[in-house]
Amino acid sequence: MSDPRVSEARGALAHHFDDLEQQHDAATLGMWVFLVTEIMFFGGLFLGYTVYRWKYPHIFADASRHLDTTIGAVNTAVLLASSLTMALAVHAAQTSRRRALVGLLLATMLLGSVFLGVKAYEYRDKYVHHLVPGVDFVYEPGARPQLQIFFLFYFFMTGMHALHMVIGIGLLGVIAALAWRGRYGADYYNPVEVTGLYWHFVDIVWIFLFPLLYLIGAHL
Amino acid sequence: MSGHIVSPKLYYGIFAALLVLTAATTGAARFDLGPMNVVIALAIAGCKALLVALFFMHVRYSKPLVWVAAASGLLWLAIMLALTLTDYYSREWFPAPRGW
Repeated sequence: MSDPRVSEARGALAHHFDDLEQQHDAATLGMWVFLVTEIMFFGGLFLGYTVYRWKYPHIFADASRHLDTTIGAVNTAVLLASSLTMALAVHAAQTSRRRALVGLLLATMLLGSVFLGVKAYEYRDKYVHHLVPGVDFVYEPGARPQLQIFFLFYFFMTGMHALHMVIGIGLLGVIAALAWRGRYGADYYNPVEVTGLYWHFVDIVWIFLFPLLYLIGAHL
Repeated sequence: MSGHIVSPKLYYGIFAALLVLTAATTGAARFDLGPMNVVIALAIAGCKALLVALFFMHVRYSKPLVWVAAASGLLWLAIMLALTLTDYYSREWFPAPRGW
């Protein structure tokens, strides 16, 4: 722990907190409360998915075969790697390694962008195959009308997930710029840590989306 | 500063475990195990989420208040899922009166 007077002089401690530890605990708790609201937001989507998959299990399994399992698995690995670099970035901040911190934040942004690029490629593939509900959906001969419900959930859930990632990459960009200017170190790294919490949460959402969307028809 | 510093070695280990579990869930999905398919998929996803939360998100080293916040999220989620699904599950037991 560094000298508190030095930290205050750097402007790390906001005036309404007693000390850095209290400030750190408040920031972490605040982010977790926000993440609870996010759990409920995505929970509603997972609930809707469950109700309709329960009602039309075979149609959902059939529809899932339109998604490429290998691309999904590789993209999952990319996202998990971005969580690793994010965790290492927090470690770099905790140990006051400025260059490593900036590098790891940029690596996290890059891996997140690769994930979004692959997602865009998949979306394009669905568009080419006329599988986008409300835009251009054409049923194959013999397909049941509920096929669209699966793709509605696919696009809305992965779209909301992608939107969270776009926001996350933006946040990481701001944090990386401030880190480059030497704003963070062992005494103060709350923004790095809470942005990491957000990033890992978005990763967890994908951990559930991957098997529930991509894998339910793999055995057919 | 109260933040617990985790060794990068542990992060690499967790990452390797997450990759193995991703391969496992992808492989298991290729076999027709009936209702066990979804059970296995959700069990593996739950394990991965737990690893990410406990280690990457530092919940394991966090204060009890963070545990309470995280657990409350799961509690409200469980209430929402349980109440809605019992409704859908039991809806057809008693046909609704017609004519209104």
